[in-house]
Amino acid sequence: MRPFLFSKSSAANQALAKKNHSTQFIAGGTNLVDLMKKHIANPESLVDISSALPNKVENTTKGISIGAMMRNSATANDAIILAKFPLVAKAILAGASPQIRNMASAAGNLLQRTRCPYFYDVTTPCNKRQPGSGCSAINGENRMSAVAGYSEQCVAVHPSDLCVALAALDASVVVNDKDGKTQTIAFQDFHRLPGNTPQKDNNLPANALIRAIEIAANPFAKNNAYVKLRDRDSYAFALVSVAAALHLNGDKIVEARLASGGVAHKPWRWLAAEKYLKGKTANIANFEAAANIAIKDLKPLSHNGFKIPMLKGAIETALKQCLDL
Amino acid sequence: MKQEYNFSRRFFLKTSSALGALAFIPKGVKAFYEEVKNFIVPAKEQIPLKVSINKKSYAIKADTRTTLLDLLREDLNLTGAKKGCDHGQCGACTVHVDGQRVLSCLTLAATLPGKEVTTIEGLANGDQLHPMQEAFIACDGFQCGYCTPGQIMSAVACVKEGHTKSIAEIKEFMSGNLCRCGAYNGIVESIQKVAAQ
Repeated sequence: MRPFLFSKSSAANQALAKKNHSTQFIAGGTNLVDLMKKHIANPESLVDISSALPNKVENTTKGISIGAMMRNSATANDAIILAKFPLVAKAILAGASPQIRNMASAAGNLLQRTRCPYFYDVTTPCNKRQPGSGCSAINGENRMSAVAGYSEQCVAVHPSDLCVALAALDASVVVNDKDGKTQTIAFQDFHRLPGNTPQKDNNLPANALIRAIEIAANPFAKNNAYVKLRDRDSYAFALVSVAAALHLNGDKIVEARLASGGVAHKPWRWLAAEKYLKGKTANIANFEAAANIAIKDLKPLSHNGFKIPMLKGAIETALKQCLDL
Repeated sequence: MKQEYNFSRRFFLKTSSALGALAFIPKGVKAFYEEVKNFIVPAKEQIPLKVSINKKSYAIKADTRTTLLDLLREDLNLTGAKKGCDHGQCGACTVHVDGQRVLSCLTLAATLPGKEVTTIEGLANGDQLHPMQEAFIACDGFQCGYCTPGQIMSAVACVKEGHTKSIAEIKEFMSGNLCRCGAYNGIVESIQKVAAQ
C-alpha cells in the first residue's frame, strides 16, 4: 500500500468536508483495502465513515430504508427484510463469505469495483483502471465477462449479488451532498454501462455519500428466488445469477421481475421477458418462453458463449423456485 | 520563493521531481506526473492506537497502512492468525471483532479503537482448551494446521450464529475458510460435536 493519512468522521457532512480528489471514504474496506494493496486505489487520505452513516433498516411511509452502513450480514438477518423483502436476504447470503458479509456495508456493496482479472492485474492494459490503455479482456481471457451492454472499451461485469435483487425490486439510492442536500437516484440509473468511460462505474455525484437504499412496498414477498451459478458451490463470484419475483393472482402472473448478475457492467433487467410474463399463466412453458426472450439478443465473447444456455436455465429455475416447483 | 512555503513537502517533492524529469522525456504532463508518482514515496503517517486484544489493552504507534493481521503478527507477537492470501480469499486470518468473525487482513488497525478483538490465543482459558479446539483434536479437524486458527475462529462463530442445522448449512457458512489439506470432513464433524453440546 502507498502511505496515506487516516481520519475518522462521525457525521456525513464532516466527512464530505474533508473530501478532495485524492481522498477516499472507507466503510467495510473489503474491496478498498484489497485495491490499495494492489496499488489500484492510491488515496492520499482515507476517511473512516463507519460511524457517520445510518445503520438501521427502518419502515418508511413508502416502504423501507436500508441505512448505508448496515453490514451485509445484519441486513440479511433483519426482521423487516426477512418479512417484506426476503429476496434481498437471499441475494446477500449467496455472496461472499460470512466474514466478508460481517464487514461489508450496504452502500459499499453498490460501489464495489469489478472483479475482471485484468482490472486486478496492473501489468496489463485496462481502460477501467487506466483510461485509454486498452481492454485486455475483450480478446483475452473473458469467460467471466459480459454478454450484454459492453463496449469496445470494457467488457467487465458488476460483481454484486445484493444489487441484482435491488435492481429487480426497483430500489432507489439516496445520496447526500456536503450541504446536506438529498438526491434520490433510481436503481437502474445508478450504475452505468461502460461506453467510452469505463472508469466510471456509477452516477454517484463527485462530492456525495450514499445515505440509504430505499425499497418501496411491493407484492413480491411471497414468490421470489435468487439463483446463482458459479465455479464452486459457495464463496465465488457469479458466472450468472438471476433474481426473480412474481406477483400472482391464483395461477395468473400480475407482474414479474427478472434481473441478472454476471451479464453486464450493471445489474441487468430482463424487461422484455417481464413484459411477456405479465398476464400469463405461471407454468413451465411460459417460463421457458420468457427465458428464450431474455437470451435472444445476447452477444457472447470468445470464451463465454456457455453463459447463454446457462442463463436460460437459471432464469427458468429461478421462476420455478418462485412457485416452489 | 515565498510562494513555495504554501506547498506541503509531499507536493513539492513530487512536483519538482516531475518537472525536473520532464526535461528529458517528452510525454503528456499529466500522464508523466502519474508515472512519477509511482516512484516517489509519500510521507508515512504513524498514528497512536489504543487497541484491546484478548481483553488486554495495548497502546502502540502504527503506520496507517497496518492491517489488524500485521499488527497482531508483526507488532504484538500474536502469530496465531495466519497470513494465507492477504487478499480476503482464504480465511486463514479470521479473528473476532466485537464478537463477529472478520478478516484481519482486510481490516485496517486504525479502525479498531473502541472495539474488542479476540484471536485464537484468546479462546483457551489458561490450560483449558476451548471446546472447539478440543473437538478439532478429537475429530482430526486439521492436517498441516496452517488454516486451523482461522477455521476454529470461524467455527466458534458458526456455532454461535446457529448455522449448524445440517452438514450443508455448516459447509455453506464455513465456505470462507479454505483448507488445502482437505480436512473438511473433520472440520464439519468438530462443529457438529460442539453444536450438540
